[in-house]
Amino acid sequence: MIKVLASRTFFKGVLTFNAILVILPVFFLLNSSLREDSSFASNPFAFAKTPHWANFQTVWSDGAFAIYLKNSLIITGGALLLTLPLALGAGFVLGRYSFRGNGVIYGFILTGMLVPAKLAILPLFIQLKWMNLLDSHFGLILVYTSGALPAAIFIMSGFFKSLPSDLDNAARIDGASEFQLIRKVLIPLVKPGLAIVGIYSAIPIWNDFFLPLVFLQSPEKKTIMQGLTVFFGQYASQWGVLFAGLTLAALPLIVLYLILSEQFIKGLTAGAVKG
Amino acid sequence: MSVGGLKRQQRKVIWILLTPGLLTIFAFTTIPALTTLSYAFYNWTGFEKLGFAGLENFTKLMQYPFKDQLLNALRHNVLVFVGIYFLQTTLGLLIAYSLWRTVRGQRFFRTVTFLPVIFSLVVVGYIWQVLLDPYYGPINQIIGNLGFESLAKPWLGSTATALPTLVFINLWRWVGFPAIIFLSGLNSINQEFIEAARIDGAREGQILRKIIFPLLAPSMTIITILTFIGAFEWFDLPFVLGGSNGNPAGATDTLALMFYRLSFGTVDSGANNVGVGSALGVFIFLIVGLGAYFGSNIMRKREVEQ
Repeated sequence: MIKVLASRTFFKGVLTFNAILVILPVFFLLNSSLREDSSFASNPFAFAKTPHWANFQTVWSDGAFAIYLKNSLIITGGALLLTLPLALGAGFVLGRYSFRGNGVIYGFILTGMLVPAKLAILPLFIQLKWMNLLDSHFGLILVYTSGALPAAIFIMSGFFKSLPSDLDNAARIDGASEFQLIRKVLIPLVKPGLAIVGIYSAIPIWNDFFLPLVFLQSPEKKTIMQGLTVFFGQYASQWGVLFAGLTLAALPLIVLYLILSEQFIKGLTAGAVKG
Repeated sequence: MSVGGLKRQQRKVIWILLTPGLLTIFAFTTIPALTTLSYAFYNWTGFEKLGFAGLENFTKLMQYPFKDQLLNALRHNVLVFVGIYFLQTTLGLLIAYSLWRTVRGQRFFRTVTFLPVIFSLVVVGYIWQVLLDPYYGPINQIIGNLGFESLAKPWLGSTATALPTLVFINLWRWVGFPAIIFLSGLNSINQEFIEAARIDGAREGQILRKIIFPLLAPSMTIITILTFIGAFEWFDLPFVLGGSNGNPAGATDTLALMFYRLSFGTVDSGANNVGVGSALGVFIFLIVGLGAYFGSNIMRKREVEQ
């Protein structure tokens, strides 16, 4: 009995210690965004009792920051708008039809998951230049969609496979066309899959730093993660403003995560566990 | 509808639904991935392809001035892999096992554990840069307040501590990932095995060693392969905190940073070298590809069926 209690305390202790290590820097981020710069040197962890919202005003009135945020929203949103329907369609075909070539296409998609995008960056750069898609949001959206699709199709086809095949035949006997079958019967059933694919695809795109660094040059086209490096140089001595900027860049995902943490965890591990 | 009619309709559906996705992957992943290999065998000025170069780019990569950079970067990638793999796997497993044994509050602790994984490495890098600031940073202040002033260091600014510090920042950001993979592995273990062993009088340590660890082998395979790939393509964190040259003095240089410099030029000189860069790209691709292939083959053999 004592042993059981002792081990229970040990595990709780591990988890509590880990939680503190995780929460302290996050608290430091959020708290510092609401403090005046002058008070940092004396006590870096002092609680922001009277929130200094002016930091956020400075970030916002800087103008460039709002543009970075907007650009990231356009790029992440655009890539999702392409990825989700394409993965839905291809996932349906691969998951529910048996036809010649099914296996080959499946293999093609699996190899797509293994290609490290970073190493194909030079040809991609030259290809986008040739297509006039360099320094363009649309070009980046296409590259992200292509990168997200293999895993997205893979996960979606898994969801489609897991539905009973009687569903299709029942709908067909009732006179439904294939597209009606997808829209009215199957999409409502694979919605959890779509949520997982959406999260799995969106997070790395929102957080990505490398592709915008290479593909976007105009200051007014840069994404939030790229913009942060500019911003960090500009406000190096104003920690309050700096942290307000970092908070704005991280907050959309933090809030979504706290609401949908189960889907996030499933989403971010889906590719790994299934693959 | 007749069977033939359905087949015909399905063929149309296959075309309409499958081609757009496949074409996108083909145009923006497959073609660039295949051409990247060919680039290494040509001479380049800027982004203009010149004549066929044979293996010249590869031999250049192994000579002055690239050889020293290459060996330095490669050594860092190996050290980073060993450090990250050891720390993140052991701590991830400890956290996962603790989560698994905790019923009350598991949801809360699980949410917290995974939280840093959703953070961008840019944000994580900058938070830690401020936390580790040599003069005003809280970490050195805490160390000083505890009476260990001599241990307060410019963590990211000195060649001795920069790389280990980056490994620790990486640990903070990533440890939740192996933890969650291990947890899902633990949850899939059939409880009857453990109950049966307990009834037979096995101690907790024996259950852990003889039942739980072997059954976690599939999770271990996934984590090993992903850590290996991640460590040899390590870019974002060293770039954000050390720039493209791997500051201070190349102490945080990696293969991916060197690849970036060769491909797109450095801050101080705009000149790039697409040929040698592509040769390095092929080199990294071979390490990652062969490592992942042989690694997973070796590790899969150790996996047992439940």
